Amino acid sequence: MSTQPLRELLERAFPDATELDVVDRTGGGDHFQVVVTAPSLSGLSLVEQHRRVYEALSAPLGDGSIHELRIKTKGAS
Amino acid sequence: MSYTDQIKDVIESSDVVLFMKGTPSFVMCGNSDRALQALRRAGAPVTAIDILPDPQIRQALSAISGWPTIPQVFVKGELVGGADIVEELEQSGELAATLRDKLGDEYAAARDETTVALA
Repeated sequence: MSTQPLRELLERAFPDATELDVVDRTGGGDHFQVVVTAPSLSGLSLVEQHRRVYEALSAPLGDGSIHELRIKTKGAS
Repeated sequence: MSYTDQIKDVIESSDVVLFMKGTPSFVMCGNSDRALQALRRAGAPVTAIDILPDPQIRQALSAISGWPTIPQVFVKGELVGGADIVEELEQSGELAATLRDKLGDEYAAARDETTVALA
Protein backbone atom coordinates (compact mmCIF):
# COMPACT_ATOMS: atom_id res chain seq x y z
CA MET A 1 0.00 0.00 0.00
CA SER A 2 1.08 3.61 -0.42
CA THR A 3 1.85 5.94 2.47
CA GLN A 4 -1.17 8.16 1.73
CA PRO A 5 -3.93 6.05 3.37
CA LEU A 6 -1.75 5.62 6.45
CA ARG A 7 -1.16 9.35 6.59
CA GLU A 8 -4.92 9.96 6.38
CA LEU A 9 -5.64 7.52 9.22
CA LEU A 10 -3.02 9.25 11.38
CA GLU A 11 -4.28 12.72 10.50
CA ARG A 12 -7.76 11.66 11.60
CA ALA A 13 -6.44 10.22 14.88
CA PHE A 14 -4.09 13.15 15.58
CA PRO A 15 -5.78 16.29 14.22
CA ASP A 16 -3.53 18.40 16.46
CA ALA A 17 -0.27 16.90 15.12
CA THR A 18 2.54 19.38 14.61
CA GLU A 19 4.65 16.75 12.88
CA LEU A 20 3.29 13.76 10.98
CA ASP A 21 5.33 11.68 8.61
CA VAL A 22 4.98 8.27 6.97
CA VAL A 23 7.92 6.73 5.14
CA ASP A 24 7.98 3.54 3.11
CA ARG A 25 11.31 2.23 4.39
CA THR A 26 11.94 -0.36 1.71
CA GLY A 27 9.83 0.86 -1.21
CA GLY A 28 7.89 -2.41 -0.99
CA GLY A 29 4.74 -0.88 0.48
CA ASP A 30 4.71 -2.90 3.69
CA HIS A 31 7.60 -1.65 5.88
CA PHE A 32 6.73 1.76 7.27
CA GLN A 33 8.18 4.32 9.64
CA VAL A 34 5.74 6.79 11.15
CA VAL A 35 6.60 9.92 13.11
CA VAL A 36 3.93 11.71 15.14
CA THR A 37 4.39 14.74 17.34
CA ALA A 38 1.17 16.01 18.91
CA PRO A 39 0.18 17.91 22.07
CA SER A 40 -2.51 15.25 22.65
CA LEU A 41 0.30 12.75 23.30
CA SER A 42 1.81 14.90 26.06
CA GLY A 43 1.93 13.31 29.46
CA LEU A 44 1.51 9.79 28.12
CA SER A 45 4.17 7.10 28.49
CA LEU A 46 5.84 5.89 25.30
CA VAL A 47 3.81 2.68 25.58
CA GLU A 48 0.57 4.67 25.65
CA GLN A 49 1.75 6.93 22.81
CA HIS A 50 2.57 3.94 20.62
CA ARG A 51 -0.76 2.33 21.54
CA ARG A 52 -2.53 5.40 20.09
CA VAL A 53 -0.64 4.90 16.82
CA TYR A 54 -1.45 1.18 16.76
CA GLU A 55 -5.13 2.01 17.35
CA ALA A 56 -5.13 4.54 14.51
CA LEU A 57 -3.60 1.95 12.17
CA SER A 58 -5.47 -1.09 13.48
CA ALA A 59 -7.15 -1.81 10.13
CA PRO A 60 -3.99 -2.05 7.98
CA LEU A 61 -2.17 -3.79 10.85
CA GLY A 62 -4.99 -6.30 11.23
CA ASP A 63 -5.36 -7.20 7.57
CA GLY A 64 -1.62 -7.76 7.12
CA SER A 65 -0.97 -4.87 4.74
CA ILE A 66 1.60 -3.52 7.20
CA HIS A 67 4.33 -6.08 7.68
CA GLU A 68 6.58 -3.90 9.84
CA LEU A 69 5.90 -0.62 11.59
CA ARG A 70 8.49 1.60 13.22
CA ILE A 71 7.08 4.32 15.44
CA LYS A 72 8.54 7.54 16.77
CA THR A 73 6.24 9.66 18.90
CA LYS A 74 6.61 12.85 20.89
CA GLY A 75 4.16 14.63 23.13
CA ALA A 76 5.43 18.16 23.00
CA SER A 77 4.50 20.47 20.17
CA MET B 1 -0.78 -25.30 31.43
CA SER B 2 -2.14 -23.06 28.67
CA TYR B 3 0.06 -20.61 26.78
CA THR B 4 -1.77 -17.78 28.52
CA ASP B 5 -0.92 -19.16 31.95
CA GLN B 6 2.68 -19.89 30.96
CA ILE B 7 3.13 -16.38 29.55
CA LYS B 8 1.62 -14.73 32.61
CA ASP B 9 3.79 -16.91 34.82
CA VAL B 10 7.04 -16.00 33.07
CA ILE B 11 6.15 -12.29 32.94
CA GLU B 12 5.43 -12.28 36.67
CA SER B 13 8.34 -14.44 37.77
CA SER B 14 11.17 -12.96 35.65
CA ASP B 15 12.85 -9.57 36.01
CA VAL B 16 13.19 -8.84 32.28
CA VAL B 17 11.29 -10.78 29.62
CA LEU B 18 11.82 -10.48 25.87
CA PHE B 19 9.25 -12.11 23.60
CA MET B 20 11.02 -12.43 20.27
CA LYS B 21 11.17 -14.18 16.93
CA GLY B 22 13.92 -16.77 17.36
CA THR B 23 16.30 -17.07 20.29
CA PRO B 24 19.22 -14.89 21.43
CA SER B 25 21.62 -17.29 19.73
CA PHE B 26 19.53 -17.48 16.54
CA VAL B 27 17.52 -14.29 16.06
CA MET B 28 14.96 -14.53 13.26
CA CYS B 29 13.93 -10.89 12.93
CA GLY B 30 15.72 -7.55 12.79
CA ASN B 31 13.40 -5.90 15.28
CA SER B 32 13.79 -8.68 17.81
CA ASP B 33 17.54 -8.22 17.41
CA ARG B 34 17.27 -4.45 17.98
CA ALA B 35 15.43 -5.04 21.25
CA LEU B 36 17.87 -7.77 22.34
CA GLN B 37 20.93 -5.63 21.59
CA ALA B 38 19.48 -2.63 23.45
CA LEU B 39 18.77 -4.82 26.49
CA ARG B 40 22.30 -6.25 26.33
CA ARG B 41 23.83 -2.76 26.15
CA ALA B 42 21.87 -1.85 29.27
CA GLY B 43 23.13 -5.03 30.97
CA ALA B 44 19.64 -6.42 31.47
CA PRO B 45 19.23 -10.00 32.74
CA VAL B 46 17.12 -11.17 29.81
CA THR B 47 14.70 -14.08 29.83
CA ALA B 48 13.95 -14.70 26.15
CA ILE B 49 10.93 -16.50 24.76
CA ASP B 50 10.64 -17.53 21.12
CA ILE B 51 7.11 -16.94 19.84
CA LEU B 52 7.66 -18.65 16.48
CA PRO B 53 7.12 -22.33 17.36
CA ASP B 54 3.31 -21.86 17.50
CA PRO B 55 1.17 -18.92 16.22
CA GLN B 56 -1.01 -19.35 19.30
CA ILE B 57 1.84 -18.12 21.52
CA ARG B 58 1.77 -14.74 19.80
CA GLN B 59 -2.05 -14.60 19.92
CA ALA B 60 -2.08 -15.35 23.65
CA LEU B 61 0.67 -12.81 24.29
CA SER B 62 -1.02 -9.97 22.39
CA ALA B 63 -4.32 -10.73 24.14
CA ILE B 64 -2.53 -10.28 27.49
CA SER B 65 -0.47 -7.22 26.60
CA GLY B 66 -2.77 -5.46 24.13
CA TRP B 67 0.35 -4.91 22.03
CA PRO B 68 0.06 -6.05 18.41
CA THR B 69 3.69 -6.50 17.36
CA ILE B 70 6.79 -8.52 18.26
CA PRO B 71 9.16 -8.02 20.07
CA GLN B 72 7.67 -7.15 23.45
CA VAL B 73 9.73 -6.36 26.54
CA PHE B 74 8.48 -6.59 30.11
CA VAL B 75 10.30 -5.44 33.25
CA LYS B 76 8.93 -6.72 36.57
CA GLY B 77 5.62 -7.65 34.99
CA GLU B 78 5.09 -4.35 33.19
CA LEU B 79 5.15 -3.83 29.42
CA VAL B 80 8.02 -1.48 28.54
CA GLY B 81 7.38 -1.59 24.80
CA GLY B 82 8.63 -2.90 21.49
CA ALA B 83 11.94 -2.43 19.67
CA ASP B 84 11.50 1.29 18.99
CA ILE B 85 10.71 2.17 22.60
CA VAL B 86 13.39 -0.06 24.11
CA GLU B 87 16.00 1.36 21.75
CA GLU B 88 14.92 4.92 22.50
CA LEU B 89 14.94 4.33 26.26
CA GLU B 90 18.36 2.67 26.07
CA GLN B 91 19.85 5.58 24.13
CA SER B 92 18.46 8.16 26.56
CA GLY B 93 19.70 6.18 29.58
CA GLU B 94 16.16 5.70 30.88
CA LEU B 95 16.25 1.94 30.39
CA ALA B 96 19.25 1.55 32.69
CA ALA B 97 17.59 3.91 35.19
CA THR B 98 14.38 1.85 35.13
CA LEU B 99 16.35 -1.38 35.60
CA ARG B 100 18.27 0.10 38.56
CA ASP B 101 15.02 1.38 40.03
CA LYS B 102 13.14 -1.90 39.69
CA LEU B 103 15.91 -4.50 40.08
CA GLY B 104 18.40 -2.70 42.31
CA ASP B 105 21.81 -1.16 41.66
CA GLU B 106 23.50 -4.52 41.12
CA TYR B 107 21.12 -5.68 38.42
CA ALA B 108 23.83 -5.87 35.76
CA ALA B 109 26.14 -8.04 37.84
CA ALA B 110 24.30 -11.23 36.95
CA ARG B 111 24.54 -10.75 33.17
CA ASP B 112 22.11 -13.61 32.89
CA GLU B 113 20.58 -14.63 29.63
CA THR B 114 17.95 -17.33 29.85
CA THR B 115 15.88 -18.88 27.11
CA VAL B 116 12.51 -20.36 28.00
CA ALA B 117 10.55 -22.55 25.60
CA LEU B 118 6.78 -22.67 25.91
CA ALA B 119 4.99 -25.90 25.18
